[in-house]
Amino acid sequence: MSEWWTYQLADLILFTPKTYFRLIEIYNISIWPIQLVALLLSCIIAVLVWRRPICSGKIIASILALSWLWVAWAFHLQRFADIHWVATYYAVGFVIQASLLIWIGVIRDRLTMNSVESLVQKLGISTLIFALFIQPLLTLFFGENRNQVELFGITPDPTVIATIGLLMLINVRKHWWIYIIPLSWCLISGATLWVLESNYYFVMFVVGILASLAIIKKAH
Amino acid sequence: MKKLQNSGRRKFLGILTFTATTAVCWPLIGTAKSQAVTTKRIPSSGEKIPVVGLGSSRTFNVGNDPVARQACTEVMHNFFNAGGNFIDSSPMYGSSQDVIGYALKKLNKTEQVFSADKVWISDHDEGREQMETSRQRWNIKRFDLMQVHNLVSWEEHLQTLYKMKQAGEIRYVGITTSHGRRHRDFEKIMQRHSLDFIQLSYNIIDREVEQRLLPLANERGIAVIVNRPFQRGDLIDWAKRHSLPSWAKEIDCTNWAQFLLKFIVSHPAVTCAIPATTRVDHVLENMSAATGRLPDAMMRKRMITYVENL
Repeated sequence: MSEWWTYQLADLILFTPKTYFRLIEIYNISIWPIQLVALLLSCIIAVLVWRRPICSGKIIASILALSWLWVAWAFHLQRFADIHWVATYYAVGFVIQASLLIWIGVIRDRLTMNSVESLVQKLGISTLIFALFIQPLLTLFFGENRNQVELFGITPDPTVIATIGLLMLINVRKHWWIYIIPLSWCLISGATLWVLESNYYFVMFVVGILASLAIIKKAH
Repeated sequence: MKKLQNSGRRKFLGILTFTATTAVCWPLIGTAKSQAVTTKRIPSSGEKIPVVGLGSSRTFNVGNDPVARQACTEVMHNFFNAGGNFIDSSPMYGSSQDVIGYALKKLNKTEQVFSADKVWISDHDEGREQMETSRQRWNIKRFDLMQVHNLVSWEEHLQTLYKMKQAGEIRYVGITTSHGRRHRDFEKIMQRHSLDFIQLSYNIIDREVEQRLLPLANERGIAVIVNRPFQRGDLIDWAKRHSLPSWAKEIDCTNWAQFLLKFIVSHPAVTCAIPATTRVDHVLENMSAATGRLPDAMMRKRMITYVENL
């Protein structure tokens, strides 16, 4: 798109809030009962973070990568791209993030967890719990009906926030670049929800700011 | 026997629903159908088009949602019934072209529609392919009007459009802008190139185009389509918080949509306005602006003063 600088943010969001949330609703109905698998994976992550067995880093990285790939294909490419042409590029970003998670977490086994001591790690735990269990309740509360619920591994926002929480929790000081795509998504999604006048657009901005502060703190 | 009973019950419920819907909507439908729709001529051909058309940005981009597609079809059905025929879209508007094509086919209006679309791609070599894809999505034989969207690669696309017009693949050529973007370039193109249509943003609050672009269009014999007549809904939402002046009756206005649209289409240079909507009651309100008296120059000043003092 040439002369892109002449476009305002609202010019790029060419669908109504009703259409966006109906898209989530129809998506949820059409993939049922995959949501149960997603909830099971959320519980597995919670147990792995709590018990920290050997190989927990590899298992968590695999679950995260699988979730990013599923969201790229099932949400962005199959549904969101119908109403928002940029979603094709979002899908590419999500596939790249999945590949990075596999490379660092599964192949190189660098997503190791220590005991939760530092402030950043405590924030990471809170962010993770929020994404896995509280955010779905928020979307249930603010959505028009229960089919508009957003779950980790199913829709982008909880998937990205859970990933950020886990990255804050584990020792990835040298691999700060693994935050780039999740942080970019916080900005994109927050801005989209803001244009759509969603009640919880601020969530993505808050998580993005928290993650940025975490990176700076870890770097020092 | 039971099947027959069910079928009879369904028929009865169907008639009941139809009667109830007609009774509820009759005042609006009656108003829209009872008066002749105001039209204006396209200067380059003399062909007349209704002064109120239908935009599709955001509102018709509903993807594959069957419920929403049906709602859009209802909007278009009422639009045609009220005397409208000018519909505008763009490849930029996601699934809008598909939804328009779906509704046109369902309503059997592929011949009746005045189809206006845009070419919107930086690589001009892919322009023809994009326009062909758009045509297939609309389910029509050819576009009436093809415009260069927001002046993207306009020099190359205009040459292609002139060739297409000469070959009878389209009937009219135009360029578009919105929200005051690139008005200087727009003016230069209007001065130097042969255009049938221009499309720009104009409403009772944003009147910058009255200074140069609208007089130039008048002078050069270019038809003018007005987009964003309600500032994406913000203007009409704001206006509805205030009461309509009693003297609005003098120009046959009973609602704000009529008031705001009549202001736009009463400008001598404007050919039609293209408000977008997802609602049947709104499309009927919009179309009612194409009926009755239009404000004269004095009344237009009065309308501006009233709105500016709200």
